[in-house]
Amino acid sequence: MSVLVTKDSKIIVQGFTGNEGTFHASQMIDYGTQVAGGVTPGKGGTSHLDRPVFNTVADAVAKTGADVSIIFVPPAFAADAIMEAADAGVKVIVCITEGIPTSDMIQVKAYLSEKSCRLIGPNCPGVITAEEAKVGIMPGFVFKKGNIGIVSKSGTLTYEAADQVVKAGMGITTAIGIGGDPIIGTTTREAVELLMNDPDTHGIIMIGEIGGGMEAEAAHWIKEHGTKPVVGFIAGQTAPAGRRMGHAGAIVGGAEDTAAAKMAIMEACGIHVVHSPARIGAKMAEVLQPVTNQ
Amino acid sequence: MNIHEYQAKDILKSYGVAIQEGILANSPEEAVQAAKDLQAQTGTEWWVIKAQVHAGGRGKGGGIKLAKTLDEVREKAGNIIGMNLVTKQTGEQGKHVHMVLVSQDVYYPGPSATAEFYMSVLLDRSSGRNIIVYSPEGGMDIEEVAEKSPEKIFKEEIHPGVGLQGFQARKIAFNLGLSGAAFKEMVKFVQALYAAYLGADASMFEINPVFKTSDDKIVAVDAKVNLDDNALFRHPKLAALRDEREEDPTEVEAGQYNLNYVKLDGNVGCMVNGAGLAMATMDIIKLSGGEPANFLDVGGTADAARVEQAFRIILKDSNVKAILVNIFGGIVRCDRVAQGVVDAYKNMGNIHVPIIVRLQGTNAKEAKTLIDESGLKVYSVIQLEEAAQKVAEVLA
Repeated sequence: MSVLVTKDSKIIVQGFTGNEGTFHASQMIDYGTQVAGGVTPGKGGTSHLDRPVFNTVADAVAKTGADVSIIFVPPAFAADAIMEAADAGVKVIVCITEGIPTSDMIQVKAYLSEKSCRLIGPNCPGVITAEEAKVGIMPGFVFKKGNIGIVSKSGTLTYEAADQVVKAGMGITTAIGIGGDPIIGTTTREAVELLMNDPDTHGIIMIGEIGGGMEAEAAHWIKEHGTKPVVGFIAGQTAPAGRRMGHAGAIVGGAEDTAAAKMAIMEACGIHVVHSPARIGAKMAEVLQPVTNQ
Repeated sequence: MNIHEYQAKDILKSYGVAIQEGILANSPEEAVQAAKDLQAQTGTEWWVIKAQVHAGGRGKGGGIKLAKTLDEVREKAGNIIGMNLVTKQTGEQGKHVHMVLVSQDVYYPGPSATAEFYMSVLLDRSSGRNIIVYSPEGGMDIEEVAEKSPEKIFKEEIHPGVGLQGFQARKIAFNLGLSGAAFKEMVKFVQALYAAYLGADASMFEINPVFKTSDDKIVAVDAKVNLDDNALFRHPKLAALRDEREEDPTEVEAGQYNLNYVKLDGNVGCMVNGAGLAMATMDIIKLSGGEPANFLDVGGTADAARVEQAFRIILKDSNVKAILVNIFGGIVRCDRVAQGVVDAYKNMGNIHVPIIVRLQGTNAKEAKTLIDESGLKVYSVIQLEEAAQKVAEVLA
């Protein structure tokens, strides 16, 4: 078991024939992911990376039976691409694109509320189920198979955490990069809930950053419903208020946006919070030990 | 992106939002001419001279003055233009004032009582919808109102499908205690304001105060507008409103190289790939006894040219006593980055601060060997924990 994507998932790539789409689709195929084809409007009927290209997502779904889509479409057209995938009945939509206008995402969120699909991202590294399927841009070799799930707003910090987990003698079930934008499809709480319900996941790493209230929401949920140890870290303890730290959503607006405030709530809710990002793997090994020894 | 008050008011006015009128002036002479023109246009008898800088709290800092005669306009504009304005938002170093907005006086006497309200439009991140936040307690710091009398702050959520409805605008006007002509004016004001917010792809509007005049007009006296950077590509006219004089010059230069750099006050510079890891690296610096001198995300490519640009940007800050390079190599190979560091170092000649390079991921060992054998004063580590220790060592 694992969540969101497995070795049986059939994936289509939106923005398949562009530079980004081509490069990362090749990497996904090399990883062993079932890439069934791609969508580039106007190039339907051709072939790319030995796979069929379709004009519309609906065509691609009808011909390949795809249930997952990954989006590499430029920011101006990405909202449209997400809604097209949802309309075509794709169940899991992973949007990598960075820089989508917030007003577009407000529309997307409202549109998706009437559909039965799950959006991951945008502005995220994607989702990887270790040694089964990589639907994203992460370096696959870092994610060795194991029993730890990761939920993270950040790309390279996810790789860092996965690497520490592996070096500490454990491995990964699924790592979910939820993205660093103000509006994202799957919240920290929802991603944690997916992993909490996955029998193969024995421990969860939750990595957040300054800005917004998603970590606090997840922490309160964990306090009520948590059944597995959770290790948490919030990036940006030294970030000044009012300045955007790279990610569009990473900005301290009010007192509850700070790393210190979030960490305090997480600790109060029973999450094992580390203050140093170098301690994520070691802390997980420490808190997981008693469980596996029983 | 931040813009000036006069630019924000231009946007509001173009959507039919009533504003306190004003004319921009770059010198005391221009200010006097602006005052005369404004008198002819609006009939105002007095003028308000307002410093145009990207910071709030201008009044308390001495950047907003009332002038009752043209001589006073000249004198006060002369005092404000060229001053170094320090407010609680500018920090100790303050901001140089290049220009003033000569504005009409809207606080004139008349038949009814005046009132100051607060109104902002922004994204509510938890619902993913825009909200209008408003309060009858205007003209003061809204954080203070939130703390002392939270019951006086109201929120109205806007449905993305149907937009702001008439009943919502009316509810706002009623909650602000208005009736008669002022009530109707407020309904129009709210509707125009929300249209402007959507039309400009803004990320924040803050109008404080929204003013009810003694003859029942509703006008925006101040306007703080942030535009969504991600949407500027479809608003070239708004993108052109950027005033680089208001930004840190090093940040402007970094932006030209597509480096995401934010200057901070510490003593350890850092160069990292990825925003989250960059923030985490700043945290590591702090935990090691240093203070981060910057945030810098070099992005997905870290070749010699880019590393050199980043080094040059970081070293412009004379407070920097050490630099920590933290790259998690995934798609980008660590040995390539290491070669980039070595080449950049040699190319730049004498770098006078210690550099700690932490490369982890693809070909991390080859990268370490490459740096260790380069003969340069660059420390190479692989684990993040080691990087933290090394930072503590070089600072000791």
